[in-house]
Amino acid sequence: MTWLRLNWPQVLQLVGDHLALSLPAILLSILIAVPIGYLAVRLRWLGKPLLLTATLLYAIPALPLLIIIAAVFGFSLRSPETMIAALTIYGVALLVRTAADGFDAVDGFVRDSAIALGHSPLVIFFKVDLPLAVPVLISGIRVVAVSTVSLVTIGALIGVSGLGFFLTDGFQRGILGEVVTGLLASVALAGLLDALVFAGGRAMTPWVRVVDSQPKLGVAK
Amino acid sequence: MIEFETVSKTYPDKTTAVASFSLVVPSHRIVVLVGSSGSGKTTLLRMVNRMVEPTAGRVLIDGEDVRDRNSVTLRRSIGYVMQQGGLLPHRNIAENVATVPMLNGVSRRQARAQALDLLERVGLDKSLWRRFPSQLSGGQQQRVGVARALAADPNILLMDEPFGAVDPIVRRELQDELLRLQTELGKTIVFVTHDINEAFRLADEVVVLREQAIVAQQGTAAEIMAAPANDFVRNFIGTEAADRVLSTQQVNGKTLAVDSYGRPVGLLQ
Repeated sequence: MTWLRLNWPQVLQLVGDHLALSLPAILLSILIAVPIGYLAVRLRWLGKPLLLTATLLYAIPALPLLIIIAAVFGFSLRSPETMIAALTIYGVALLVRTAADGFDAVDGFVRDSAIALGHSPLVIFFKVDLPLAVPVLISGIRVVAVSTVSLVTIGALIGVSGLGFFLTDGFQRGILGEVVTGLLASVALAGLLDALVFAGGRAMTPWVRVVDSQPKLGVAK
Repeated sequence: MIEFETVSKTYPDKTTAVASFSLVVPSHRIVVLVGSSGSGKTTLLRMVNRMVEPTAGRVLIDGEDVRDRNSVTLRRSIGYVMQQGGLLPHRNIAENVATVPMLNGVSRRQARAQALDLLERVGLDKSLWRRFPSQLSGGQQQRVGVARALAADPNILLMDEPFGAVDPIVRRELQDELLRLQTELGKTIVFVTHDINEAFRLADEVVVLREQAIVAQQGTAAEIMAAPANDFVRNFIGTEAADRVLSTQQVNGKTLAVDSYGRPVGLLQ
């Protein structure tokens, strides 16, 4: 606690850095994984190879991935861009399958009736498939959010600033308070993001929670 | 008027859903396609709004080939009611009913007002508008489905076993309601069912289908009941079944209709 009291400006600074790495990665993961998951469901022949590729991406060890990204995209190895790209790849790998499951779970009757009413394919995606997949998507995004926040700590190994710095620095200098602070701050941040995503998901899906206990009034006159 | 001109549907795996089917559905009439599962009746229905494209033949609406119409605008101009309502679970009742007008660019306020009127028209309380579909009974959901199909005031209604998932008493209410609406609205209705009694109750014209949408018999309920064309139709409508063969019995000076088991089913006047 003493350590934290003396160093809280730095803690806040690194929480900020940590967020600056994880939030873009989480958002990019969603923006990339959701359309891929949708394609995998709508184009069956493409589905299996897409999902398999996504799973394999997650199997790439972190350090080689960072080096590959730096080489392929021409980012500097120690730059935030490299870190964000790597986190995005892991996030996409985690989320694609859940996204596909979410879209797959949309009731065929509901889709058919939406088509019969004259929704164009694009409108069906935004107004029918996407909102109905939200409950499943949210569960996947929560996993991505938590996993991304904890993965950002790896950045410390290549010198990208984040809460991981407290882990490596505290460990090297033998300051237990610093290590514990880094650990707890990272866990708290993950928990906070998880709660935010959860709350956002609830706000977006009021129809899921309508209780059936109300009497079914207003019968035919 | 809807015309099916020798339409066929064969899928890539060579199964044939519809083999050379022809039919004219006159305007302002209810034509019921009745058959068991696999008779291709839903396939025929979906050819009208291009959810299924025939592999041969064509479908005309008022003389115009539906293939010359944009499929999305075509569908918005045709009402469609599905089994189990097919309501959008994430939209409230008013939004569901207002779906097509909103897609057509009608303002939210106007579409909402219209939706409330339509709810009354199909016998629902306006106050239901804020509910989600899961908060309504099956029969109420079907009424909302009908209101939604009517929202853009289409000339044609396609109804795909719309009352199949509700209990017999509610089904009867919904059938009566449809007939009442039809006397007011005079839509051209193609109605698909596997329930011959429903077909007889609703139809101006009944088309009995066998597998691959081969027409076993076509005519009014009375014509089919009086002279089934063949054994298939006889079996399907159950003319030999005990509850179809009625006789009369005098009880206390009244004439009762009784079935073959001797159970009274009605009163003759």
